[in-house]
Amino acid sequence: MPDSTKNLPQRVIKLGSYIPSTKAERGEMLSAIGLSDINGLYADVPDSAMFKGLLDLPEGLSELEVRRKMTEIAKQNRVFSTILRGAGSYDHYIPSIVKFITSKEEFVTAYTPYQAELSQGILQSIFEYQTMICSLTGMDVSNASVYDGATAAAEAAAMCVNAKRRTVLISDTAHPDTISVVKTYCFGTDTDVIIIPGKDGKTDISALESMLTETSAAVYIQQPNFFGLIEDAARIGEIAHSSGAKFIMGCNPISLSIMKTPAECGADVAVGEGQPLGIPMSYGGPYLGFMAAEKSMMRHLPGRIVGETVDSDGNRAFVLTLQAREQHIRREKASSNICSNQALCAFTAAVYMSVMGPDGIREAAEQSMSKAHYFAESLCKIKGISMANSGCYFNEFLTKTETDPALILKKLEEAGILGGLPLKDGILWCVTEKVEREKLDEAVDIVREVCK
Amino acid sequence: MNYPKDRMYAKTHEWVRFENDGTASIGVSDFAQHELGELVFVNLPMKGDILKSGEPFAEVESVKAVSDVISPVTGEVEDINEALSDNPQMINEDANTAWFVKIKNISDRTELMDAGQYEEFAAKGD
Amino acid sequence: MELLFEKSVPGRHCFILPKCDVPRTGMPAEFKRAIPLDLPEMSETDVSRHYTELCHNAFGVNCGFYPLGSCTMKYNPRINEEIAAMPEFTCIHPLQPSETVRGCRLVIDKAEKYLCEITGTDAMTFQPAAGAHGEFTGLLLIKAYHLSRNDTKRKKIIIPDSAHGTNPASASMAGFQTVSVPSGKDGCVDIEKLSEVLGDDTAGLMLTNPNTLGLFDKNILKITKMVHDSGGLTYYDGANLNAIMGVVRPGDMGFDVVHLNLHKTFSTPHGGGGPGSGPVGCKAFLREFLPKCTYTEGGNGLQVKSFYGNFLVVVKALAYILTLGAEGIREAASTAVLNANYLMSRISETYEMPYRHTCMHEFVTSLESLKKETGVSALDVAKSLIDWGMHPPTMYFPLIVHEALMFEPTETESKQTLDKAADILIKLYKEAHENPSKMKEAPTKAYIRRPDEVRAARSPILRYDHSK
Repeated sequence: MPDSTKNLPQRVIKLGSYIPSTKAERGEMLSAIGLSDINGLYADVPDSAMFKGLLDLPEGLSELEVRRKMTEIAKQNRVFSTILRGAGSYDHYIPSIVKFITSKEEFVTAYTPYQAELSQGILQSIFEYQTMICSLTGMDVSNASVYDGATAAAEAAAMCVNAKRRTVLISDTAHPDTISVVKTYCFGTDTDVIIIPGKDGKTDISALESMLTETSAAVYIQQPNFFGLIEDAARIGEIAHSSGAKFIMGCNPISLSIMKTPAECGADVAVGEGQPLGIPMSYGGPYLGFMAAEKSMMRHLPGRIVGETVDSDGNRAFVLTLQAREQHIRREKASSNICSNQALCAFTAAVYMSVMGPDGIREAAEQSMSKAHYFAESLCKIKGISMANSGCYFNEFLTKTETDPALILKKLEEAGILGGLPLKDGILWCVTEKVEREKLDEAVDIVREVCK
Repeated sequence: MNYPKDRMYAKTHEWVRFENDGTASIGVSDFAQHELGELVFVNLPMKGDILKSGEPFAEVESVKAVSDVISPVTGEVEDINEALSDNPQMINEDANTAWFVKIKNISDRTELMDAGQYEEFAAKGD
Repeated sequence: MELLFEKSVPGRHCFILPKCDVPRTGMPAEFKRAIPLDLPEMSETDVSRHYTELCHNAFGVNCGFYPLGSCTMKYNPRINEEIAAMPEFTCIHPLQPSETVRGCRLVIDKAEKYLCEITGTDAMTFQPAAGAHGEFTGLLLIKAYHLSRNDTKRKKIIIPDSAHGTNPASASMAGFQTVSVPSGKDGCVDIEKLSEVLGDDTAGLMLTNPNTLGLFDKNILKITKMVHDSGGLTYYDGANLNAIMGVVRPGDMGFDVVHLNLHKTFSTPHGGGGPGSGPVGCKAFLREFLPKCTYTEGGNGLQVKSFYGNFLVVVKALAYILTLGAEGIREAASTAVLNANYLMSRISETYEMPYRHTCMHEFVTSLESLKKETGVSALDVAKSLIDWGMHPPTMYFPLIVHEALMFEPTETESKQTLDKAADILIKLYKEAHENPSKMKEAPTKAYIRRPDEVRAARSPILRYDHSK
């Protein structure tokens, strides 16, 4: 192995960053274990497998240089000051204190709290998160998170499948990524997936009725759905149950503060994408999959769960519990392999919810809904633009346009506005509480100009 | 360890007590409950399920482990001990009265030992 | 420590949003939420103090030595956190037009290029959000590959008995049957037993090298060849890559599919249990099966997560790779191995080492004899370490060693830290003989004493009861 201090150019010598050992210390350690050089440690590696020379990677950089390099890369991204696009990633306002609290090193760098005595702070924060998810969804029990809303849907479907019922029905009005992920997970377990068609932007309920059989394990819908419309969830739940299938709802957590909860709609499992709860858009990740279930399905929930108990002095304590469901104990019999989850993201959501409180989240929800409706009404006054679907919606809606959407979006981008998502049937807009009325009016003016 | 003489025992540490009416009840032995440690959950089959001798029909969980309970007989589940689901510690308290299931229409059985033979077998340390 | 809900006072709130500047549209009655929303009502001061209190009862890498075997708790550089928090990375919508996210694409492309070089693979996906997720993904690649060749008999995945629980769990999720192959007396794969289980129903082998005992399997080239000869593919669990990066490449050891744990080897923080990132690399012939975001990239292929993966985690890993460079990568691995061997040598005269051999980045000690002699178990020693300000090592894993404690110091620890830790461990060994009951009561200086886990599992209380 080359001596890394030979032939170094005239600059700061570093022996591989973040390694505290000096040359002298390394020499001492090598003698202590009876080796004369570090290569001796790899005596078991067959010579033909040893990599000769150095990897084809650039030379290491100092902190200052890394900062410059990554900033150069970052500056090739464009940050839009106004975001009118949703479709699975939402630009809600994140209170300043959230970032400070979630940057505390103890929370950021800790491992999973298997050692309860050392980790009561983290365990309690997870217990608080679980409680808040139950409050939001109305369900009895929540886990400590999974990777995102799409994988939560897939894991929920797996909870409902058994020897007799091996078909999962998922609405075509769910997010395309969710459908794709559910299909992939079902490819893994050789479970059948049937897509329930949409009609006028919502789940086709009579089609669903005809598709359910005694082998149906679960019905999944997204609420509000991909097109922003509010589904008739309670009715769909009834239909699912009448054929013995379970009912899974994938929900927008902000909307749940003012909208009928999965519990009120009879859901057996409630899942969703928790990104709107204080997590930035981050080009798609890390996000947060929340999962909550009705009491009887508690032991089928995958992933970690924190429970309350007492310690040997009788004081309240929190621990990871029901671990006999998990992979490290069940191994090949585990229903899910999940180990690491999205702990810090769940923590972020809990902090967000405690700062916003019930009033704050309701306000964010109502303002998002109100601004979306205001914007939709203004847009539809423009000739050539109309709502693609009728029906109640939350903060996303699809408009049909006679003018090419690409032209509309380009003009908006020039003004620093990221417009709605172009779909083959039109533009899918989204408005959150963050967008000021002036900006909405400005956007309408721009669109009107383009559509002339 | 307490191994009542009124029943038979399997190599996998279950006991089975055959009744005069042709049914049988199944549980785990005192040795098993001691090895498993404090039990926190029991996963029982449903009434009407068919059990096959030599195959797992239930699970017991401790905090750190899950173990299969193997059926010593082939037959149909007539009744399940729901109290066990709420109080798995009953198995630790008295494994010999903590029955899991009652089976009817018994048609086959695995190799079984009497109490004396089982006591020797268990003492060998498996 | 009180819960948020116990501190909550009705009517308290923070002042975050302005008044609504448009006419209000409410939720119509038929869709309106009718049950109460029980979330805590706190002032910002309350929230700030609450989380400060919680933070004082958490143990990060910044708090002390964290030698968790199999977890690679190396230092998490602050500069990576700062870079990943830049608005040019956080305020980017995943569905922005491609010309506005050139920076994001560059991050992913560079990370792919460098990580493929490090692993000896040809292509990589960053969709999997964690190691286990990566395992599942990699196994799906293997499944898709065999199916594409109409090789439908291959339903078995071979996994050593020393493997991490996620391996067989992932195999089940991918629809495979797990066949366990025993480890020999030397702790490595038993070659004879392996040849007995290989056949035309073998889909593949899952292996980590060095293995979970911290040992490098000398027979690795033979093993991967045997699997290939039987028509199966080879999967590398990258959890232990920190021992060998820059020194040996999984692709050169004969592996077709590899997953990495960015939150282990590549210094991204553990976050109390996530988010991680488990990218999967593969040889060219498997490239077509890699998952992608079908919504943006089209096709009917596999997708394991929405969008592209845990992007900000990849940003941190890229910054780390740029910092280390070619030499630093190799340096990190060899120093990790040196540190582990040094710590092992300091305590091997006191503690029993089931495998007396040069270890890689981690080693396992067995406290079985100590338990027989004194009644003090691996758990008791681990809990006693808490009173000494150190995070315990991994306990009771791998399953094939009784009363196991697994230590992985990583390269970012100094000789002083290792010496202090060794001194403490040796003291505890003495104490086990002199005062075993004290150790059975440990910890006594932490926020709580030992929790009643049986009660927690028997009568689960999984949320706060607001009706109280």
